[in-house]
Amino acid sequence: MALLDIEGLSVRFQTSSGLFPAVENVDIKVDRGEVWSIVGESGSGKSVAMLATMGLLPWTAEVTAERMLFDGQDLQRLGSRQRRRIVGGEMSMIFQEPMSSLNPCFTVGAQLDEMIKQHRGGTRRERHERALDLLAQVGIPDPARRIRAYPHQLSGGMSQRVMIAMAISCDPRLLIADEPTTALDVTIQAQILELLLRLQEEKGMALILITHDMGVVAETARNVIVQYAGRQVEKQEVRSLFAAPRHPYTEALLSALPERSGDADRLPTIPGVVPGQHDRPTGCLFNPRCRYVTEHCREVAPIPAADDPAHTLCHYPLNDPQAATPPDGLSPRSQQQDDNPEVRP
Amino acid sequence: MSRDALLSATHLARHYQVKGGPFSKPATVKALVDASFELYPGQTLAVVGESGCGKSTLARVLTMIEPPTSGELVISGHHVSLKEGQRPPAELRREVQIIFQNPYGSLNPRKTVATMLEEPLKLNRRDMSAGERREAARAMIEKVGLRPEHIDRYPHMFSGGQRQRIAIARALMLNPKILVLDEPVSALDLSIQAQVLNLLGDLQDEFGLAYVFISHDLSVVRRIADDVIVMYFGQPVETGPAETVFTTPRHPYTQALFSATPVADPNRRRERMKLKGEPPSPLAPPPGCPFAPRCRLATSECTEGDPPLNEVADGVRVACIHVDQAMAAHEASA
Repeated sequence: MALLDIEGLSVRFQTSSGLFPAVENVDIKVDRGEVWSIVGESGSGKSVAMLATMGLLPWTAEVTAERMLFDGQDLQRLGSRQRRRIVGGEMSMIFQEPMSSLNPCFTVGAQLDEMIKQHRGGTRRERHERALDLLAQVGIPDPARRIRAYPHQLSGGMSQRVMIAMAISCDPRLLIADEPTTALDVTIQAQILELLLRLQEEKGMALILITHDMGVVAETARNVIVQYAGRQVEKQEVRSLFAAPRHPYTEALLSALPERSGDADRLPTIPGVVPGQHDRPTGCLFNPRCRYVTEHCREVAPIPAADDPAHTLCHYPLNDPQAATPPDGLSPRSQQQDDNPEVRP
Repeated sequence: MSRDALLSATHLARHYQVKGGPFSKPATVKALVDASFELYPGQTLAVVGESGCGKSTLARVLTMIEPPTSGELVISGHHVSLKEGQRPPAELRREVQIIFQNPYGSLNPRKTVATMLEEPLKLNRRDMSAGERREAARAMIEKVGLRPEHIDRYPHMFSGGQRQRIAIARALMLNPKILVLDEPVSALDLSIQAQVLNLLGDLQDEFGLAYVFISHDLSVVRRIADDVIVMYFGQPVETGPAETVFTTPRHPYTQALFSATPVADPNRRRERMKLKGEPPSPLAPPPGCPFAPRCRLATSECTEGDPPLNEVADGVRVACIHVDQAMAAHEASA
């Protein structure tokens, strides 16, 4: 049984101009000790999907799912009291802005203590020892002094370490890190990513890393989910994702990376922008920006083929591992046009 | 010097006075120490470093928003020597324009694109009629890849990438020679980032602009820069042609910075050069080389005085007294 098992998760927000689908039909299955990454641009719904899992969305959000299990418990049916026991305890989350995630009015120690008190209890002395131990684990020098520091006295990297200490304080089985290093410098980013991976391995936690940085994905994750406009467009093991992306969006995203463009005079770009609430296209959501688009894509929304391990949300997935290598001189497009779209499931 | 430099900076420095509390003395923060470089037409000079390294202070000094505390700045043959509070001549200010990181904050939400683009002309080109200004704005908006009907819209109606195009158009209205780009693509999504970088390349070719490109994103810098300055704690630690610096980083900090940057290639898992600790506080600078407390090659000599920026190879200057060891270590790890 998977630790986190989510199927068909959709989140819609009530806005003044109707319901906005922020996340549609997302499936995530994470086993113990796995490292997953969810990658996507802003507006792809990667944070919202995880906030929905944690139950941290406001009342304007309408969360529906076919299945939403954490360690066999149905998260949708959980009462708020039981949910609180799981969220923060067995399943915890760290956020992008460490400076604004900590309460400026309380010391680091008090905030850590509150977390431990809520979930594990113990005497004041035990909790204090535990807090010191946690700060040492996340690599904060001189924990005995830092435990009395207020958030404004810490740098961004130190604040993020405190956030991580809080998140792991109750030995969670699943840690969700939402852009944990986006606000930090690269040398500090390297430290924080290494810390997260070290803790993940030591504690055997599952880790879901939300990011927009392909470099971070390549160096940390083992499995990757790519999201676009609230939809999961493909799901692959990291090496094969970079070597043979299945969805045209992933392919375009990877070729837009400056370091992968080689000596070409211009960077390959993806024309247009991510669709918003009012300009959602019919058919495939990526069709206005896709270089392989056909009439069929504009009319019919794709569903992943049943036999596709990558669950590619595309009528004409690229780099099909089962297909024979295309004959020389045939571009992927001309090959795909031979396919009769009607016979696809 | 074969060509005439558009901009030359010699030992540029900028210090700030920081008020202490009621019981402590005012302190001096040396945000920028001893930056020297030259900029030629059509060339891109990249400034890289982490937050607090003085990149943005350099941008403010170059655009004459703030005067340098010491050192000399020559722009198009004019010496910019200013006292605190004095304004540089208008014709000099026209030459250098700046583009900021966050296009959500740098555009006035109450003004239409047309008003924003025409404003610099209104102030600086009194000879132009309203019709001519409008025409110039319309031509510029198309040049940056927006449509003419966009000109009467407000900033909130645009996406981040489009806003950055508007900011670029506004900066170009007065035909500047130098564009200072302070993290111009950091706030943009990857797919949009490529569009804006291509646009900047096209504009540079068309107008022969010189760019000072400030960024922390090394993959972007490597792609577009001709020369690069790596800064740490207000000081340039390594300068030189971008290709040379990227292929053979010589300063221990440059090496660590490059090694810490994630590469989008899962097959290239390499041992990271670990950099312990964080940059020092500007209020309590360490003695000698500012990088010494985090440097793996640091010795007691390092704390004795500022390392000079010496030329160690063709056009490459490095501020490190252990540069030979750093080079040897780098070759061994590569």
